[in-house]
Amino acid sequence: MTSLIAQLITKKNETVINANLPPFLVNFLQAVTLPLVGILVFMLIWSAAANSIDTSLGKFPGPKAVSEQMVNLIQEHVESREKEQAFYERQEKRNAARIAKDPDYVPKIRAYTGKETFIDQIGTSLITVMSGFILAAVIAIPLGIAVGLSKPLNTAINPIIQVFKPVSPLAWLPLVTMVVSALYVSDDPLVAKSFLNSMITVTLCCLWPMVINTSVGVASLNYDWVNVSRVLRLPALKHVQKIVLPASIPAIFTGMRLSLGIAWMVLIAAEMLAQNPGLGKFVWDEFQNGSSQSLSRIMTAVIVIGIIGFLLDRSMLQLQKWLSWDKSSEVR
Amino acid sequence: MSVLLDISKIDMVFPTPKGDFTALKEVDLKINKGEFISLIGHSGCGKSTVLNVVAGLYQASKGGVILNGKHVTEPGPERAVVFQNHSLLPWLTAYQNVELAVDQVFAKTKSAAEKKEWIEHNLKLVHMDHAMHKRPDEISGGMKQRVGIARALAMQPEILLMDEPFGALDALTRAHMQDSLMEIQEELNNTVIMITHDVDEAVLLSDRIVMMTNGPAATIGEILDVELERPRDRLALAQDTRYNHYRSEVLTFLYEKQRKVESIEVKDKSKKAEKQDKTSDVA
Repeated sequence: MTSLIAQLITKKNETVINANLPPFLVNFLQAVTLPLVGILVFMLIWSAAANSIDTSLGKFPGPKAVSEQMVNLIQEHVESREKEQAFYERQEKRNAARIAKDPDYVPKIRAYTGKETFIDQIGTSLITVMSGFILAAVIAIPLGIAVGLSKPLNTAINPIIQVFKPVSPLAWLPLVTMVVSALYVSDDPLVAKSFLNSMITVTLCCLWPMVINTSVGVASLNYDWVNVSRVLRLPALKHVQKIVLPASIPAIFTGMRLSLGIAWMVLIAAEMLAQNPGLGKFVWDEFQNGSSQSLSRIMTAVIVIGIIGFLLDRSMLQLQKWLSWDKSSEVR
Repeated sequence: MSVLLDISKIDMVFPTPKGDFTALKEVDLKINKGEFISLIGHSGCGKSTVLNVVAGLYQASKGGVILNGKHVTEPGPERAVVFQNHSLLPWLTAYQNVELAVDQVFAKTKSAAEKKEWIEHNLKLVHMDHAMHKRPDEISGGMKQRVGIARALAMQPEILLMDEPFGALDALTRAHMQDSLMEIQEELNNTVIMITHDVDEAVLLSDRIVMMTNGPAATIGEILDVELERPRDRLALAQDTRYNHYRSEVLTFLYEKQRKVESIEVKDKSKKAEKQDKTSDVA
């Protein structure tokens, strides 16, 4: 065992594949095969474990059940789209026929009201998380800059931030729900209340890491750059725009990445409780449904949630690479 | 020659938790237009503090700085600073770094085309026209400092303040930069205050060398007029008796008259003073 560990440690930076291949090929094989091996081992352990767990809804879903369910869910989506298409075609025909009979008839157009499919719900979740996240960024970044620039403001606001930062999103949710239903009264609402509830909950949880990181980035501004700005007598607004903002871009992005990760986790929980159509609701509905397929559908959702979270983080990283001047900043 | 800058009996006192720390005491100096002044002294003696007071980044506790008959109360582009560690903005290219200064100083007096020409002219002056559109992390330390000088020159300052501009460079690059600076000086005949640790640099570049005593309560010890005709050539001067005389004058001041006798306790204190200097920098 110790020799195995020793081998792993020393081989950290060496190649495992030692064949007489050109180095780039070895690197490529290593980059592809090692993760594959990892996934394979995980799958084996997973299916072995799944086989030995019995629940009241049948066996715990293994990789096979999940892959079947994945195909199933996509198929359901395609079928639902076909149904929708057919519905609109029927409606159009019917209306055309009635107009032909009676030219004064004003056709009624009704929207298709089928159940949202898994794919639709992914879309809804993404829209909700991005809206909440963007709303948080719009509030947090200017606030963070102000807090970073002004020590008195920092001293005044810091306790509030520190108290609200560790609050679980689910504690916010009932309050948000009540406030939204009290204040957001409209006969023809632009967006559903449930959407607002989960969005605002996401915003409340995204806010703090962004405020903290932005303000730390601004406060730790290189003093030489401030002196440059002072010698040039840059006006306050130009100082923020030309010096403070670009200098704190790396810190702002760190905060945004942290926030987006939190947002995605919070969203699923918020959707479960707020009954906002989305992945969280999908999981909850399947749980309540309790059919023999439910567990494998939930497991599929779990994996999809993970993959989307990973992709969100990667896209944020890519955005950071494009926008940040600091190419040397640790990108992980 | 007319007096351009009057550093009039300035004291600098930094408040510390253990009571006030007097960094400078009655520093008094008049500088003529077109003069090249070097400030030399041991580290921690307050050279940078003098420069920062002239720049307006610090306010003197007593006395004041008068530029062209006007009391200096805040920093401004007519007193351009070349900082020790170049302090270029890393997210801007060399051109954009100079542009930031030019846009600010000549916002109303130059058209867009004139500004562009002026930026390029200044970068050419420091021989950086080939790497105008590179970012600071893509060019060497010497090149960064060149851009820093170009940025300062582009402000068309009445006085150029340089805080150990070549301190962070290797000896060969430093010599090269000194030659470039002399070349530029010949063309523009700027008024310059430069802080340096390097005796050769001081003698080679300056019209007057201002030698400062050790702190605390540092002040001007001696002023040495360097009457070597320009243009100066470092190779020819190496054999010159007058040059060597000036050199030994400065060395005598630094290592005999103002020799740093540092017992461990004193060293500790001066370090604390330095620290204090730095924290007040940050504050």
